[in-house]
Amino acid sequence: MSKSNQVLEEITSKEYEHGWTVNLETDEAPKGLNEDIVRFISAKKNEPEWLLDWRLKAFRQWQKMTEPKWPNVTYPAINYQDIIYYSAPKQKVKPNSLNEVDPELIKTFEKLGISLTEQKRLTGVAVDAVIDSVSVATTFKEKLSELGIIFCSFSEAVKEHPELVKKYLGSVVPIGDNYFAALNSAVFSDGSFCYIPKGVRCPMELSTYFRINAANTGQFERTLIVADEGSYVSYLEGCTAPMRDENQLHAAVVELYTMKGAEIKYSTVQNWYPGDKNGKGGIYNFVTKRGLCAGDHSKISWTQVETGSAITWKYPSCILKGDYSVGEFYSVAVTNNYQQADTGTKMIHIGKNTRSRIVSKGISAGKSQNSYRGQVHVMKRATNARNHSQCDSLLMGDQCGAHTFPYIDVENNSARIEHEATTSKIGEDQIFYCLQRGIDEEAAVALIVNGYAKEVLNQLPMEFAVEAQKLLALTLEGSVG
Amino acid sequence: MLNIKNLQARIGENQILNGIDLKVNAGEVHAIMGPNGSGKSTLASVLAGREDYEVTGGKIDFLGKDLLELSPEDRAREGIFMAFQYPVEIPGVSTINFMKTALNQIRTYRGQQALDAVSFLQLMKEKMKLVEIDQSLLNRSLNEGFSGGEKKRNEIFQMAMLEPKLAILDETDSGLDIDALRIVANGVNKLRNKNNATIVVTHYQRLLDYIVPDYVHVLYKGKIVKSGTKELALELEAKGYDWIKNEIAVA
Repeated sequence: MSKSNQVLEEITSKEYEHGWTVNLETDEAPKGLNEDIVRFISAKKNEPEWLLDWRLKAFRQWQKMTEPKWPNVTYPAINYQDIIYYSAPKQKVKPNSLNEVDPELIKTFEKLGISLTEQKRLTGVAVDAVIDSVSVATTFKEKLSELGIIFCSFSEAVKEHPELVKKYLGSVVPIGDNYFAALNSAVFSDGSFCYIPKGVRCPMELSTYFRINAANTGQFERTLIVADEGSYVSYLEGCTAPMRDENQLHAAVVELYTMKGAEIKYSTVQNWYPGDKNGKGGIYNFVTKRGLCAGDHSKISWTQVETGSAITWKYPSCILKGDYSVGEFYSVAVTNNYQQADTGTKMIHIGKNTRSRIVSKGISAGKSQNSYRGQVHVMKRATNARNHSQCDSLLMGDQCGAHTFPYIDVENNSARIEHEATTSKIGEDQIFYCLQRGIDEEAAVALIVNGYAKEVLNQLPMEFAVEAQKLLALTLEGSVG
Repeated sequence: MLNIKNLQARIGENQILNGIDLKVNAGEVHAIMGPNGSGKSTLASVLAGREDYEVTGGKIDFLGKDLLELSPEDRAREGIFMAFQYPVEIPGVSTINFMKTALNQIRTYRGQQALDAVSFLQLMKEKMKLVEIDQSLLNRSLNEGFSGGEKKRNEIFQMAMLEPKLAILDETDSGLDIDALRIVANGVNKLRNKNNATIVVTHYQRLLDYIVPDYVHVLYKGKIVKSGTKELALELEAKGYDWIKNEIAVA
């Protein structure tokens, strides 16, 4: 075995850092899915009638749909009756402040490096912590409310701000949009809700941290962010899960809505458990994320760093309805061992003078498969639409695959669409060049990969960028065949 | 400093080095010349520790250490630097970032503290002046879109930063026009001192007008067939490599 292969062997067998579980008492629904389970979830959350009806409508629609087969991924059939659709850590009373939150929960998040204690203000990030299906704590709520910003769990939003939820829920991702979105609409348990009022620039990063803890459960959360006219918010999302031998389903829906002149910047560092090095276990991350630039001059920007999950299937998209609206998608997707990723974006140009930019950087190592799938659609009345897409693939070793599936649909002659794609390999030459300067192989790979992904990492908020860089290095260190 | 004894090496089935003996002392500049395919670059690569080459015999002592036992990165940390014939591009990584990583890894190996940002910047400014390189080049992705001259100048800048004990210049003159050649050679000359040594691998005598060697060795078919002083290089230039080939054929 050559030296680089040895390093590969050692590093790729490195264990997933967040694979531990904690013993939390949970309140669970029985396994399986039927109308009663949907009613059970809705009842558990004391939901109003309209929301139950909405869920039931989604459920009935879901029953008529079939799982999509077009992604470039393979996995054994999912038994939807073998999943627990609701699991919540038991809390005796509903906490009104952090002091009342189960210390075990706070510890869980501290172990993940997420501080729920507001004393640690230095980070300047407000967090909504979601464990299994339920939001357990939201920080900085009061400070934000002084500015009229609503940042709370989804369940709370349903109670406190029903008019907003009713108006925007499903306005970007309709219940029957796709198989997993319909499933989510029927059984979603919690998530985050955020509303930024007119003209307000949110002074801190808002973030949701998702953690799956319980076994055999699916996680179905829903995030809804509404940015009113001229407002701005930067939102972060992070996630981890314990190591388990069975696959777990995560089917979330994220809806972003920007009005005239508003901007939402949404960043994800996805680190779900990817399965072991033989491909056993791991999260199926089947997520629908979409933003609607409803107003003129509005902007939505997606940045994602995808390192985890056994299978990733997601396409954060922008519907550019307002004139002069802008959509951006920056992505780094890393796959190692037996991971599979089919990810990309959709940019739908409806308004005039709309612009979109796609920068996708795929990195494949081990025996993984990494696909970029992107659609740019310029509708008839989208005069002067512009798109620039850049899709790069980096291969490490000779047993992985990189694929690119761009779809371009143009119905207006004034559109200008540019698509660039490259494929490269981390060369022995690059590694040797670093070694000769005294840089060891692990540091060399980290340097090269971070350099390759720089354009995307630069889009992340500072503290996330550092975490993402480390994560990239950790996922790939030494993966040079 | 460097003592090579009966070094033999091959790549795949091809035996390339057939018993090289070479001794380099501190303060000396040695030129290795020879026709294409004589094994010049192989010798440089073996010294730097490139994995593609298999050493089949011989010994290399470097400052009292068995060089062949050291990994490529440890050789660099012990003070061996190779200026590459074809410097490699690393997109998204600036020379500054690259040098900072390298320098600090070397310092850690030597039990020194990592340089803080201010000291690093200071060192960099000083070395930039020495090798006449512009900071804008150092901010760009390493070697990406660099001209031939810029690449070589960047190699010499890195050499200045890392202050090696033994520098190996592998065909540093290839692809350089006369002005670039002069700047590169000036840099190398400024870095010479009585404590370090340089091995200049080159096909042409031209570079040796600027970097004047103490010794010249002619490599042919994987062996040093002739050694001399700088006059040997001039003689080679005048008579061509066929002269050496014929001499060997006669012997």
